[in-house]
This record gives sequence, C-alpha cells and structure tokens, in this order.
Amino acid sequence: MAEAEAEMGGEPGGRERTMSRAIVEAIATEMREDEEVFVMGEDVADYEGIFDTTTGLVEEFGYDRIMDVPISETSFIGAGVGAAQQGMRPIVELMFADFFGVAMDQIYNQMAKNTYMSGGSVSVPMVLLTAVGATYNDAAQHSQTLYGTFAHLPGMKIVSPSTAYDAKGLMHNAIRDDDPVVFMFHKRLMGLGWMPAPDGPKTPVPEEPYTIPFGSADVKREGDDVTVVTLGLHVHRAVDAAETLTEEGIETEVLDLRSLVPLDTDAILESVRKTGRLVVVDEDYRSFGLSGEIVARAAEEMLDDLEAVQRVALPDVPIPYSRPLEDEVIPSTEDIAEAVRATR
Amino acid sequence: MYEKMVTARYYEERLEEEYMADKKPAFDISKGLIPGELHLAAGQEAAAAGVCAHLRDDDTVTGPHRPHHIAIAKGVDLERMTAEIFGRETGLSRGKGGHMHLFDPEVNFACSGIIAEGVPPAAGAALAAKKRNTDSVAVAFLGEGAIDQGGFLETLNFASVHDLPLVMVIEDNEWAISMPKERVTDVEDGSKRAGGFDMPGERVDHDDAVDVYEVAEDAIGRARDGNGPTLLEIQVHRRMPHFLGDPQVYRSEENIERHQQLDSIERLADDLRDRGVEDGDLDEIRESAHARVDEAIEWAKEQPLPEPETAYEDVWTNPPYGVSDTEPAVPVPGGDD
Repeated sequence: MAEAEAEMGGEPGGRERTMSRAIVEAIATEMREDEEVFVMGEDVADYEGIFDTTTGLVEEFGYDRIMDVPISETSFIGAGVGAAQQGMRPIVELMFADFFGVAMDQIYNQMAKNTYMSGGSVSVPMVLLTAVGATYNDAAQHSQTLYGTFAHLPGMKIVSPSTAYDAKGLMHNAIRDDDPVVFMFHKRLMGLGWMPAPDGPKTPVPEEPYTIPFGSADVKREGDDVTVVTLGLHVHRAVDAAETLTEEGIETEVLDLRSLVPLDTDAILESVRKTGRLVVVDEDYRSFGLSGEIVARAAEEMLDDLEAVQRVALPDVPIPYSRPLEDEVIPSTEDIAEAVRATR
Repeated sequence: MYEKMVTARYYEERLEEEYMADKKPAFDISKGLIPGELHLAAGQEAAAAGVCAHLRDDDTVTGPHRPHHIAIAKGVDLERMTAEIFGRETGLSRGKGGHMHLFDPEVNFACSGIIAEGVPPAAGAALAAKKRNTDSVAVAFLGEGAIDQGGFLETLNFASVHDLPLVMVIEDNEWAISMPKERVTDVEDGSKRAGGFDMPGERVDHDDAVDVYEVAEDAIGRARDGNGPTLLEIQVHRRMPHFLGDPQVYRSEENIERHQQLDSIERLADDLRDRGVEDGDLDEIRESAHARVDEAIEWAKEQPLPEPETAYEDVWTNPPYGVSDTEPAVPVPGGDD
C-alpha cells in the first residue's frame, strides 16, 4: 500500500485530500500567484460549486475573481475564450458536461479552433472545468461523460483524473498551459458529502504545487496477462476487478489514461505488447468513441501482437433513470472482470 | 385552481418525505426509493394553476426541471407520473425519464432538465397549430434564471416574427440555485424582455392565483385568436431548497421565512371565503386531493421496477433500418440491364 502511494507520487502517510479539495488547492495556489487567473461559472460563489470545485475561494478572492454568471453558457464560455485570448487565464465551469449542447459553438468553433485558424498567432489559455458521470440516477441529461465527443474535436486538451493526487497536478498543468484544457472530473470521485466516493480517489496530496504532464498514462496495477485501459471512475472499478481476477489466476494490468488528448499511445502499446490482450473500459457511449479509438491504435501498430480485444462501454442508448436500468448500462466491476475473462 | 394547488403542494410535501425517508442519517443522493436529483416546486403553484386553468388537452405545455406543479395543473396522469418518479415499469416513460423528464402526450405535456431548452419546442408546438389552422396554443414555463439563456431569447424573436400562438411564463422564485436574481440578470421585471421583441409582456408581482388567472386569460386568448405570443412573469416563492439535499448556505433565514410566509394557497383560500365558499367545502377539496396523492404514491410504490433489458428499448420509434427492410427493385441508369 505504501509502495502504491509512493508510486502515485504522494507521500506515504502524508496528508490526504479528497479530489475536490485537491482541485481547489491547485486553483487557489495559481490564483495567489497570478492575478490574471479567475473563475467564472454558475453557483461558484456562495454555493462554492455544486460539486465543491470552489470551496472557500470566494471568501479569499472575492466576487470579482470568483464570478457567479447568468445561466448563459454561450455567453460566459465565449467570454472565457475572449478573456483568454487577451492573455488572462480564466477557469470556466460548465456545471455538467451534458450542458455543452447550449454552448458548443463557443467550445468547438471558437475555443478549440482559434489557435489553429490564426496560424498560431492567437492562444486560448483557458480551462473548461466540467462534471461528468453517472451512478446516481440523474438520467439522460445529467449523467454523461462525453469523453469521446470532446476528444474527437481537435484543438482541446482533454484530461480526467481518477485520484486527488492526479487532479491537483493536472489542474496546475491545465491552468499554466497556453491551450484550452477541458478538465472533466467524475462527480462520484470528488468526495462530496452527499455522494460518497469509493475508496481510492482520496489520496495523499503534497502541499506544494506540482504538475503532471498531459499524455502520461499511469500504470495503476501491474499484470502480465491482460491490459485494461480506462480512466476516471472506472480506474477504481478496474482495480477492483483485477483483485478478483487475481484469485482466479489472472494478472491484470490497469492503465489510467489521465488524459485523452494527448493520448499516451506508447504506454498502451507497451502494456499490450506484454499481455497481448486488450480490454478498454469506457463510461462513454460504445460507438464512434474512446474504446474504438484505442483498439484502432493498437491494431494499427501491433496487429500481430493482439490476441484478443474486448470493449466495455455504455451501450448506445441514452442513460436511463431507473436504478435497474442505469445499473444495466453503466459498466460494473463484474462487467470488467467478465470482459477480461473473455480475452482468455 | 384551488384543487390543483393543494394537490401540487401536498404532492411535493409527500415526495419530500418519501425521498428523504431512506436517505437518513447520511444523505446519499444515489440511495433510496427515489434516487437522483429532486427539484420540488412548493410555493410556485399559483403560476401553474392560474395559467393552465385556461388550457385544453390539445394545448401543449413544456416545463423545466421543476415540473410537478405544472404537470398536475395540466392534468398529467398522476399515478403514472408518480410511478415514473419512483422509476417503475408503469411510469410515464417506463422508468427511463425520471422526474425532470416527464412526457404525457395524452395531455401534450413535456419537460426538460436543461435550462430554457423546453421553450423552443413549445414554439414548435405553436408553429404546428398555426400551420394546421387549429386554435391550439402552447405554453412554455421557465424559471427567472432561464431568461438569460439563448434558447429563450432566440425563441422570443422566432415566436414574434411568426406570430405564434405561444405564451411564455417566467416563474420568478428569485433564485437560480444559489444565485439571486439581481446578481445575474439586469432587469428586475423579466417580462420587459418582451418589449425588445415587439410582443406584449406583463408581470404579476405576487402569486395571487386569481390575478394570474386573469392575466393568463388575456394572453392565452390572444394566442388562441391568432394574435401572437405573450411573455408573462409571475412572482412565486421557493419554499424548499433548489434540490433536496441542498443545504442553502447561500440563503438567509429571513429569506427562507419570507418565502414560506407568503402562501398563495392561503391567499386563494381567503379569497374564496370572501366570495362565499364555506370552510367545509375547502376542507373537502383539500382532503380529497390529499387522498388522491396518497393513493398515487401507494400505487406507484407497488409497481414493479423495469426489467434491466428494457434499457435497450425505445431508442428508436422505427426499426434501425427505417420504414422498410427491403430495397425496391429500381432500375439503375447505365446498369447492365
């Protein structure tokens, strides 16, 4: 355990933080160091973020730098783009990733493309912070991850942490990065009082700032038999599945991508070269998305090494409300174990 | 109106009990018979009842994420709506929608969990009525926090330029979750948005059901007579948190108390007494409404949960291949023969 914690970079026995606290620490540190960093979003001031992303910040920085905004996503995300192009470093919160629909032009036609369309003469150093994920029966408009939707469109860096340690390092990197970064946190991992997190995301977190580079996947668990590639909540479910599989004599390697754009293809290839068996676990829709992309990259580079491939993802249906229906479609620990067994 | 209002109020109070019952001592949003977010509308009944009193089943209503009082006022099937909220197989959406996504085509009611996004579809229903030369109308309900949203602002123009039989009703409960109206919106009276779009706008600055009824009568009459859209804003009150479990740390005790003291139901009851209605009659209406709600909840809880494999149904109306699974034998120009 101590070894595992050391691997995650936190000090063994060091101060533990929830994922939300870790994110807040990174934002607060950057705001203290740079007057040009500010936060805009719905309910980020007095409420301190529906998912605790701004706890304590309005008290320290005031309403001018922790800005409640009208429910006008096109306007405030677009304003984030404009302020970023002026050189400021806005952190703009889109309360649920599902709400991207009302403002997608500002996200994918402006934020994501302006650097390229300007031939590199314009930069958009903003963070779009947004909540993703299901598991609490919030139905089709408040439960999606949409990893594939955002990652498909060029021009945005896409990150999604699975632990507090990663969240802090990725957030520091996101704020300092000169490109737009979509920071997708899974609600279930945040450590909210009203939505208990599983064991795992709360980790030791160093007090001092540090960055985790994008495009560096993390081997969460080593194994020689099967590679499971995933991110976010499903890192923890995959590790749980791996524990069960050990008892059956199957050693599973679990790779946490941490970012989708850029994608650490080398880490995937290296693991699959060892195991020959690839399982991709994705809380996003199955078709035309992350799972297909990762299988395709493996196939392009090392078709001969691939002995078996499985995908575990949301079937292509909107996310249903009722508990037995949601449980049916969201990949479970047992679904992952089943897929790993199927590669053998 | 009184009956609809007491039904809606008691419905929310009972749902609060049912929702919280199995989330104690520690609140966990994913636990219990009703999981997920639950946005209740206690204190907003007058707006829904006063407007919907003028509507027929063929008139369309769209609601936001806080929809129960509107659904009740529109005559949505109470049993099946309740079963949906409990995630049951016999619910309006067979357990797929949940409380923010209620659809009852029998009475042309629908709602959406995305702020202001129910407004454009209401304009679409109004457009259909106009194209078909019927005298049906459409009403879109939205919160005061939604009036800064593009979907609403664009629809004001769309409805105006096409003279659609549409009434948009802003329910002003003063709070967009934690954000007070004055922090995020630059007009005190949201109905003034109408002026810039060349349509009538009116605000009822207290939730007096009779006043709402009268203002709505004009607006809906105008729509039904082919005289175009209207924007209404009605002051309502938020007696409960944004969603159950919201600690409301942003809201002062005084504000919560004020919202609870201003009770549109008591106001209407006083009004009815002044008009000669006996207390006994009011009691009877209330008791029968409560009984109906209790029965709907009991019925819903006895309903079966959906079978997991039904999660894969209802993505399409037609089969994936479309309306036919065969291609016709059409001669191809330049083909072999």
